[in-house]
This record gives sequence, structure tokens and C-alpha cells, in this order.
Amino acid sequence: MDIFIQQLVNGLVLGSIYALVALGYTMVYGILELINFAHGEVTMIGAMVALTVIGVLMGAAPDLPGVVVVLAGILVAIPACMALAFAIEKIAYRPLRKAPRLAPLITAIGVSIILQNLAMLIWGRQYISFPALLPVARFHFLGASISLLQIVIVVLALVIMAGLWLLVEKSRLGRAMRATAQSREVAQLMGVNVDRVISATFIIGAAIAAIAGVMVSAYYGLAHYYMGFMLGLKAFSAAVLGGIGNIAGAMLGGLLLGVIEALGAGYIGDITGGFLGSHYQDVFAFFVLIGVLVFRPSGLLGERVANRA
Amino acid sequence: MNFGKFAVSALSLALAFSLSGCGKTEDAGNVIKIGSVAPLTGPQTHIGKDNENGARLAVDEINAKGLELGGKKVKLELLGEDDQAEPKTATIVAQKLVDAGVVAVIGHLNSGTTIPASKIYHDAGIPQISPSATAVAYTAQGYNTAYRVMANDAQQGRALGQFAVTKMGAKKIAIIDDRTAYGQGLADEFEKAATAAGGEIVAHEFTNDHATDFNAILTSIKGKSPDLVFFGGMDPQGGPMARQLKRLGLNAKLLGGDGLQNANFMKLAGADAEGVVASSPGLPIDSMPGGPEFRKKFEAKYGVIQVYAPYAYDAVNVLVAAMKRADSADPAKVLAELPKTDLQGVSGPIKFDAKGDTSGGAVTLYEVKNGAWQVLETVK
Repeated sequence: MDIFIQQLVNGLVLGSIYALVALGYTMVYGILELINFAHGEVTMIGAMVALTVIGVLMGAAPDLPGVVVVLAGILVAIPACMALAFAIEKIAYRPLRKAPRLAPLITAIGVSIILQNLAMLIWGRQYISFPALLPVARFHFLGASISLLQIVIVVLALVIMAGLWLLVEKSRLGRAMRATAQSREVAQLMGVNVDRVISATFIIGAAIAAIAGVMVSAYYGLAHYYMGFMLGLKAFSAAVLGGIGNIAGAMLGGLLLGVIEALGAGYIGDITGGFLGSHYQDVFAFFVLIGVLVFRPSGLLGERVANRA
Repeated sequence: MNFGKFAVSALSLALAFSLSGCGKTEDAGNVIKIGSVAPLTGPQTHIGKDNENGARLAVDEINAKGLELGGKKVKLELLGEDDQAEPKTATIVAQKLVDAGVVAVIGHLNSGTTIPASKIYHDAGIPQISPSATAVAYTAQGYNTAYRVMANDAQQGRALGQFAVTKMGAKKIAIIDDRTAYGQGLADEFEKAATAAGGEIVAHEFTNDHATDFNAILTSIKGKSPDLVFFGGMDPQGGPMARQLKRLGLNAKLLGGDGLQNANFMKLAGADAEGVVASSPGLPIDSMPGGPEFRKKFEAKYGVIQVYAPYAYDAVNVLVAAMKRADSADPAKVLAELPKTDLQGVSGPIKFDAKGDTSGGAVTLYEVKNGAWQVLETVK
């Protein structure tokens, strides 16, 4: 039982990170019907920028408390990713907004490859380690071992999700976003600056991605130029699972996918008697993706997209 | 691409000049060319240069002493090549050396480059002695030209398996491997040896060489409460694994092979590296029979020894000893003599088995204590 709880905790932590990245996919899809495949790479750049800042700060001011150093890293990574996402949208997607839907999709894949190679040139091919700056405290709960970092990740993810929900549902910008999602033309007629709303959507998604990127690298203790690829694909699967275009769906899909993956990898070996092993860990996300696409293409909460289609 | 072409033509031009230079000073028939290949550019430069210097030290010593084959005085010449640790480049420089007429090759450094290059040397019928490639596959291809002077991964896995049970007192063992040729090979040999020594394998889990999340498999392993976790793989996975193992409160020692026994592992694992045990083929330099003396000679000429220089040095001596027995530098005759090698090298006694592996290869175990790798003991 304690093993089951532990796997559940592992899955929830992983799932909150997936959910944060999935929000970026789903928000952009909701407004533009574009799958922004470069979003995983934005997450990676967030982690890399934060690690660079952390490295510089540790060299310049070794006496600073670890939490402050990490916070400084996050605070630089967020605007860096926002600027990057703004530039990507402006340079790569905006000129293609009237083009057939396949064109921006292929551009997105291209941007993703460019960012990966750029990161490889800047930061190298090796794994960069996340220094041990954060306090390591462990708690025991029903036989499971939970670290302070895990609690912080889950709580922070929930706070961000709640904040985003408030922004979309209650603020002026949120109303403009929802209006643009429903119909770009009509929103424009109603005086909504559609270009600005789309930019804002990209920027908000990127800010969340930057935080998720730092979370991932702090959680696993490392970062590398390739990390955004798999993370992006998993988060995309999570967004589809929840119903792409639906913000609550991305949150639910992310958490669910994390738990499915942890339980799957943890138990598949025992259930199949060693026939399938834990190296199939990465497969579960894509089984889920295929399953959803076959049986419920609109996703768990994705009514709206289904209606629109 | 253009630079590569330029570099190749510049190199061949330089080679042509150096060859014509040789012709002027002495009879070309008296110069015996030996190739040495290692990465001389890129992240492994320091280790590659170390290999070449080890070989060069041996060549210089032999030339100073004077070598006579078939009644004629001959001089050895070492042609150093750079394979950039890239399999693709390895085959190009291998062909280049063959075309330049080398009678033997010392190298390459990495298993990934040694294996593809070995086919070219085999097709050309010239002996290849690697100072440092440990993958079992290298000598398992059935080439009579492939030799190495260092313990292979199978020997390492066996040493680790026995050590885990007899010395570390492990009873319940969990194994994780990264499904690469190296990781899987090492883990399988470890499993066999550990079982034979009386250990119980309670779990065998798998990951891959891009993974960073081991929480699920480590939690599943935790449920089987092992006292030792063996990882067959490299430091980019081993580092985070060490961290996650501690974080999950898994009360087991982490044990690994030479993929973990390096400085990068320490960086990735941070404070959680403490207490991790890992092996590396070969002896620490100061425990080698000829180690201290070799260190003095080497450091006077080239500076600090990185890792494999003594093995490159031994490889040249093994080769020249075979030439002396054959009384010829003809590759076919040297190949006939290599299996009879019985030499007291700097790194220890060197004898080959039927495949070309050293029969007496040593494996050394290290443990992280106070943030540094410390020698535990050497297993033969």
C-alpha cells in the first residue's frame, strides 16, 4: 500500500509539471487552432537560462541563500521565455496566420528544431547539473516519502493554475481571449485587439513554461538541450487527453497522465510477469494519446472543440 | 564540410612532405610505421592525447635502445590520428592509416570507434591493439587482428557481481540497465556473477540512455526492499538516479561500472554521490607493478597522466615484442606471434586469450568518500 501511495505521489508531481506545460499548448490551440510544437523547447530554454543565472550568481555571490539564487534564476527565466515566445509568434506564426493550417504546424516543428540546435550551440551537448541549493527535507505520509521540493512543485502548480483560471474567467484580457477563441473576426469587430491578445496568450504560456522548466531541472537535478522534446510531446498528449483548447482539461489531463505513467511504469513488470518492463515508461503517454484519439477525440472535457469542429 | 576537406588535404600534404623528408635522411625500408588513433579534438581531447603520448613514450624508448629486425636496423615511426570519438571519422582515419602503410595500429580509445575501425584493419590484415576499448563486442567479431590490453565489460561485470555479494554483503539485489550494448552487457554479467555468488536478484528494471525520471522504477524496487541497487549505464542517468534513490528513502547502496566512475557523475549526483561504489577496468597507476617508474618517465616528458597512457605504452611494447619474435614487421608474421604474448607490462602481466582479450585484466573498485573517488580494492 505504501508503495502505491508513493507511486501516486510520484505521478502527481510529474503530472503537475505536465499540466503546466500542457496549459501553453492548450491556450494557443484554443485561440489559433495551432499546435505550437516549439512550446517544449521554450520550457527547455527556461531551465537553461535559469541554470545559467544560478551558475553566475553562485560564482559572484557564494553566500546568498540557495532559495534566493533559485528565485533569481526563475525571475530571469520568465521574462527571457516571454520575450522568446513573443518573437516566435511574431516572426514564425503571424505571417502565416492566413495560410492553410498545415503551414504554421510545419513552421512550429521547424522552430522547435532551431531552438534545440541553438541551445546545443550555446550550452553544449552535455547534461548540466542543477546545484544542490534547495533545502532537502523529507516527510513521511502513509509510508510514502515526500520531499519539500515535491510539495512546493505541486502547490505552486495548483496556485498557477488557479491564477490562470481567474485571469481567463474574470479579467478583461481573459474575456478578450475567450472572445477571440470563439471568433476572431467578431472579436475584432467588437474592438478587441486580436494581435495583442494572441501575443499575450503566447507570453502567458511561456511564463508558465519557464517555471515548469525550472521545476523539472530542480526535480531531476539536471537540464540538457534535448529535455524539451519529450516533455513537450507528453504535455501535448496531456492536453489532448483533457481536451485540447480547454484549460481545465489541460490541468486534469496533465495530472492524470503523470499518475498513469508512474503507476504504469511501476507495475507493468509485475503485472505482465516480466514480459513488458519499465523501459516502456514513455510509451504510456502515447498509448493514452492514441486511445483518446480513437475513442474520444474531443478529450475528457473537450466539448467546445467538438462543437466547433 | 569545407573545413574538413581543407584539413584532410592539408594533412595529406603535410604527410607527403614528412614522408619525402624521411626518404632524404634514411632508407625508407628501414622505417616501420605504426598508427595511433584517439580523439585529439573535442571533449575527450585530454584522454586522447594521453593515449598518444603513452604510445609515443614507448616508441621513443625503443628507438633509443635500437631495434633490429631481420638483420637490419629499423626505426619506428608513430603516426598519430584524430578520430574525434566519432565512429564515422574513425573509419576514415583507419582507412587513411592503412593507405599510409602502417604495419599495426594502437587504438582506438572508445569502444564506439574501435569497433567500426576494426573491420578496416581486419580487411587490411594488420593487427590492432586497443589500450582502452572495453565493449565485449570488439573482440567478439571473430577478427584475428583485434586485441586489447584492458579488462573488458564482461570481466568487469563479473568482478562487480562477486564484489557486491562477498565484500559488500548484498543479499537482495535490484538491477537497472539502460538497454544499451554497454549497460545491458554489464548488467547481464553482473547478474550472472551475483547469482552465482549467492545473491538474490529481487528486481530487474529497465530505463534508456535519455531518461531522467527513475522515481517509478525506484519506487517499485523499494517495494522489494533490496540492500543493493546495481545500475548498468552512464553518468547522465546514474547521477539523477543517485539523487532520486536517496530522496525516496531507499535504504540501499548504489553500485555501477566505469560509466559512473568519473567526475561528471559526482557533479550530477551532488551530495547524494556519497557512498556510491563503482568500478573501473585496470589498476590505479600507483598500484601497477611498473607504475611509479612509468609515472616519473611520463611526467618528465608530457605532464600528468590522465588515465590510459600506461595501457597505450604497454600496447606498443606488446606489438614490438611480437615483431621481435617474428623477426619481421610483416603484419601477417606479427599476427601469428601476437597470441603467444606473455609480457610483464607497466599495468601488469599481459597474455591474450583466443579472442584477443587479456586473460589477467584487473578491475578496481572505487567508493565516493568525502566528495571524491577513493580506491577500495583491486580485483583480478
